[in-house]
Amino acid sequence: MRGGQGAARAPVIQFTNCRILRGGALLREDLWVRGGRILDPEKLFFEERRVADQQRDCGGCILAPGFIDVQINGGFGVDFSQASEDVGSGIALVARRILSHGVTSFCPTLVTSPLEVYHKVLPQIPVKSGGPHGAGVLGVHLEGPFISREKRGAHPEAHLRSFEADAFQDVLATYGSLDNVRIVTLAPELDHSHEVIRALTALGICVSLGHSVADLGTAEKAVQSGATFITHLFNAMLPFHHRDPGIVGLLTSDRLPAGRRIFYGMIADGIHTNPAALRIAHRAHPKGLVLVTDAVPALGLGNGRHTLGQQEVEVDGLTAYVAGTSTLSGSIAPMDTCVRHFLQATGCSVECALEAASLHPAQLLGLEKRKGTLDFGADADFVVLDNSLHVRATYISGELVWQAEEARL
Amino acid sequence: MRLVILDNYDLASEWAAKYICNRIIQFRPGQDRYFTLGLPTGSTPLGCYKKLIEYHKNGDLSFKYVKTFNMDEYVGLPRNHPESYHSYMWNNFFKHIDIDPNNAHILDGNATDLQAECDAFEKKIKEAGGIDLFVGGIGPDGHIAFNEPGSSLVSRTRLKTLAMDTILANAKYFDGDLSKVPTMALTVGVGTVMDAREVMILITGAHKAFALYKAIEEGVNHMWTVSAFQQHPRTIFVCDEDATLELRVKTVKYFKGEH
Repeated sequence: MRGGQGAARAPVIQFTNCRILRGGALLREDLWVRGGRILDPEKLFFEERRVADQQRDCGGCILAPGFIDVQINGGFGVDFSQASEDVGSGIALVARRILSHGVTSFCPTLVTSPLEVYHKVLPQIPVKSGGPHGAGVLGVHLEGPFISREKRGAHPEAHLRSFEADAFQDVLATYGSLDNVRIVTLAPELDHSHEVIRALTALGICVSLGHSVADLGTAEKAVQSGATFITHLFNAMLPFHHRDPGIVGLLTSDRLPAGRRIFYGMIADGIHTNPAALRIAHRAHPKGLVLVTDAVPALGLGNGRHTLGQQEVEVDGLTAYVAGTSTLSGSIAPMDTCVRHFLQATGCSVECALEAASLHPAQLLGLEKRKGTLDFGADADFVVLDNSLHVRATYISGELVWQAEEARL
Repeated sequence: MRLVILDNYDLASEWAAKYICNRIIQFRPGQDRYFTLGLPTGSTPLGCYKKLIEYHKNGDLSFKYVKTFNMDEYVGLPRNHPESYHSYMWNNFFKHIDIDPNNAHILDGNATDLQAECDAFEKKIKEAGGIDLFVGGIGPDGHIAFNEPGSSLVSRTRLKTLAMDTILANAKYFDGDLSKVPTMALTVGVGTVMDAREVMILITGAHKAFALYKAIEEGVNHMWTVSAFQQHPRTIFVCDEDATLELRVKTVKYFKGEH
């Protein structure tokens, strides 16, 4: 249990010999933790007149806020969009396995599915704090079914929907319940989309634009109605055109509401986005870039052929193909691989790469006081990285939840 | 007095740190026998603090049985303000060493009754058995702690209004904005420091040279409050060459041991 009266008596742990990401910079500072939260050691010294109860030497490593993946469709053979009696086990398995990728919170993502799937699956994915059992579930990301036919990508055509006249009721009827929902991806060119965007935003749900043929004007209006995210920029949307940049143009639009920042997901696996395109987006709007894996069930399954539901998939390194073809079958790069690739492709600073996987998704979801940061009072969810940004250990609420074989902390 | 002249800032900082280190070790502090140290802030002692931290990290020096008393603190500045002396001491010293937080005393510039806070500080020093070694600096106007020109040479810990020279000198820590610099501070008195069994004053840089001249080559004068230490039985002035620029050649040669 975090915070509360018991916290003051909890042991104070001091992580030493490390560099921590704070205020956008890597500082040579110790990280102090108590009761699952980051502690202000100066306040502890002068007000409570206490020192640390335990010290842990981090061997000169980097301590960054735990990564947050807001778009992941499954992994390790688990498909979140599969209606089963025990969705919880699948979520738990993925939650536990992604700890080794440095992910401490995630949004299980459901692709376009029939009503029955939403009604059966959604109630089985409650918001849940992370811990030794696995990364925390922040809420579900519903990618579809209210998306463009033309830009559906791999989503099944039969289950696409458009909004009926009573649009929001239609949304409720489709999903069954919005209780556990955190993000909804939709295409704003659909009729009645604006009232849906407004209603979802009013409920605190993040609306994302994606799988859409919207032009820039339509996209801007959607942002004015409350949309704050773009789902996997460049993929499943109109390509940038110099007289109508489409959704991509939101990155430099001057028609966004004052003080509002647009965030955009990017799959930086080296395959789904050309590095030059990644650089263009990053340079145009660095503070909005959110690294996502958009991982499919083949994530973590190793090289070779695998049967996943109705699909036969061939995994070769970081690429997954529909078996026997050269058609891409979704992303399988783990989050830490995406961070390293992003760093190398853009030439940005280590701080910038780390923030794209932690601070920015936290800001997108309005969680930046508690997650995605190592500021005092934030949840002590962090990842220990070596200089080449490989994960050595993962901590949730100040507790070690995963450790690499060679790492001894 | 002893006047110890080193070639440059780094050597002066090291000399001072070694002296403090040796004093503590020779004292053999323990559970019933704490070494009491008076401490300054500002840019001058930074090198000295770095060296002390180095000796601690090497395992040569522990502060487990050391009690510290800082000279001063701004009034009205939040304790966690980056320019408060609490922040200075935490970031530049306390967080790197093994001192018990209960033994690190700094005046509280946000106390409801400021004079009571000052009186309590004097009482704590007395209860600790007095100060074994008080380390201080000198302002460009010759002040010790915030005992500005005109301060009584027998003064005790109290509230003081800062002189213009001091506010100007401190502006660099407040983005050069004079309106942001605190105008009042709590400070140990000249008398409080004079009560210490030994006093060490660190003075480096050409901009302090005139103050050093006034402090040791002219008379005892409440306009240059560091001059009070001419009447202390055990005072050491540690300085670099630049700080001696306004002194007589004769004085410098004498203390360098050159004839």
